[in-house]
Amino acid sequence: MNFGIFLEQIPDEGIAWWQNLASGLGWTLSTAFFAWILAFTLGSIIGVVRTTDRSWLVRIGDAYVELFRNIPLIVQFFVWYFVVPNLVPAVKAWVIAADPTDFQFLTAIVCLGLFTSARIAEQVRAGIQSLSQGQRNAGYAIGLTQTQTYRYVLLPMAYRIIIPPLTSEVMNLIKNTAVAYSIGLVELFFRTREMAEVTFRYFEVFAAATLIYVVIAFSANRVMAFIERRVAVPGYIGGGK
Amino acid sequence: MKKIMTIAAVIVAAGFVTNAAAQELTGTLKKVKETGSFTVGYRESSIPFSYLDDKQQPIGYAMDLCLRVVDAVKADLKMPGLKVNLQPVTSSNRIPLLQNGTIDMECGSTTNSVKRQEQVSFGPTYFVINVAAAVKKNSGINTLTELNGKTVSTTSGTTSVPLIKSYEKTKDIAVKEIYGKDHAESFLLLADDRSAAFIMDDILLAGQIANSKDPAAYKILPESLRQEPYSMMLRKDDAQFKALVDKTVGAIMKSGEIEKIYAKWFTGAIPPKGINMNFPMTPPIREAFKNPNDKGVQ
Repeated sequence: MNFGIFLEQIPDEGIAWWQNLASGLGWTLSTAFFAWILAFTLGSIIGVVRTTDRSWLVRIGDAYVELFRNIPLIVQFFVWYFVVPNLVPAVKAWVIAADPTDFQFLTAIVCLGLFTSARIAEQVRAGIQSLSQGQRNAGYAIGLTQTQTYRYVLLPMAYRIIIPPLTSEVMNLIKNTAVAYSIGLVELFFRTREMAEVTFRYFEVFAAATLIYVVIAFSANRVMAFIERRVAVPGYIGGGK
Repeated sequence: MKKIMTIAAVIVAAGFVTNAAAQELTGTLKKVKETGSFTVGYRESSIPFSYLDDKQQPIGYAMDLCLRVVDAVKADLKMPGLKVNLQPVTSSNRIPLLQNGTIDMECGSTTNSVKRQEQVSFGPTYFVINVAAAVKKNSGINTLTELNGKTVSTTSGTTSVPLIKSYEKTKDIAVKEIYGKDHAESFLLLADDRSAAFIMDDILLAGQIANSKDPAAYKILPESLRQEPYSMMLRKDDAQFKALVDKTVGAIMKSGEIEKIYAKWFTGAIPPKGINMNFPMTPPIREAFKNPNDKGVQ
């Protein structure tokens, strides 16, 4: 075992191995960041839609969640990267013209974002439905519209309730970015495999990657715990201990 | 000192080759004798070296040679009932699986390199490839330097990756590399016009082209980035088993029997779809058969 390997130069590239892993980490974090924004926005909208009184909206929302939850993530990556461009001529034309790395990055964000949004939608729905029916009725009783009832009565409490499962989703999302190696995105796991295959130092390389994933997932966990404490309503459930 | 010991061990073991069973067994042969089974690692889509046919059975040129080694192991250990397991491997896990004993020999399209020899050992070279580029005929690309500024695809975890990078440096050109996780995906990128070229071992390119919807639409550029010998991969520091492999495969090459096996896979129709690789023996391959060796590429 020799961890000095990370300081060694990569043949023909002029940078050291640790820099290569660091650049992979950069792709991992930026993919997770943008995918999270997409997932949280879409997941919230669809989660809310599934609790409204319009049955056709509820059905569309349910179908969306089942579609993205029931297909393995790696298959979804393959579909977005290889199948979609061949089905939609406009996408194909754009893919050929675009920088291939940009397309991989975008594919990873869209794929992970939609996959995670289905899971968040389910949690948002559960959070809203865990509130007693009286809260909704109280909102209507004081003359709020449905939109206002959601904005001022239901969602502020529902989001607080679902912070713990959302924390798990953030951590899952970060770890799921590793699947993007399958479309050739040069994120942390791709760089890890590359380094292992060139240097054959499997133990050291994967030990380092494991540590990095643990550290970033755990940091995300702590950030979410901090948010949970900051927004906690005294006397209410939660509190991020 | 360790090196001298290793050399000594090789010399001593070489003397035992003729009848290993009579001697103290070591390494793989000892393991095989104790467990009563031998595990061959194969590739699922390295046509025509090692791949699955329509019954999901691994077949191919490398498999034919490896099964001859298995026969030799059976004879050598006097174990006609030896259980032979077949285990699929990928270019990423083949070395770890060999080292941890999951497989006893890897039969596919593995480049024998000096760097890899620090980790594993190789049997006699059974094929020599050129790393080359496949392009679409209608792209008008005829030389590697014309790929400047274009996108090229290759398979991650292969020796082509560092080769492309050093070629860019020496010729002062810049290409955009994208990676497929296997050869079929890398070729798909070329077929979909998402890369201008697929850079890989010429025989693997020929295999992908022969299997494609329109084989006539592609060509392989004559320039070679490097020549690489292919061989079966064995565990390192296992002189007894290596000597048996060298003897068995060397005899097939010297006797000329290899000509028949080669023709079966490279110039005839092969299962499952009856495609023909159209890849007659090249001079370096002929040379490797004349003087069996396990020299790795730098």
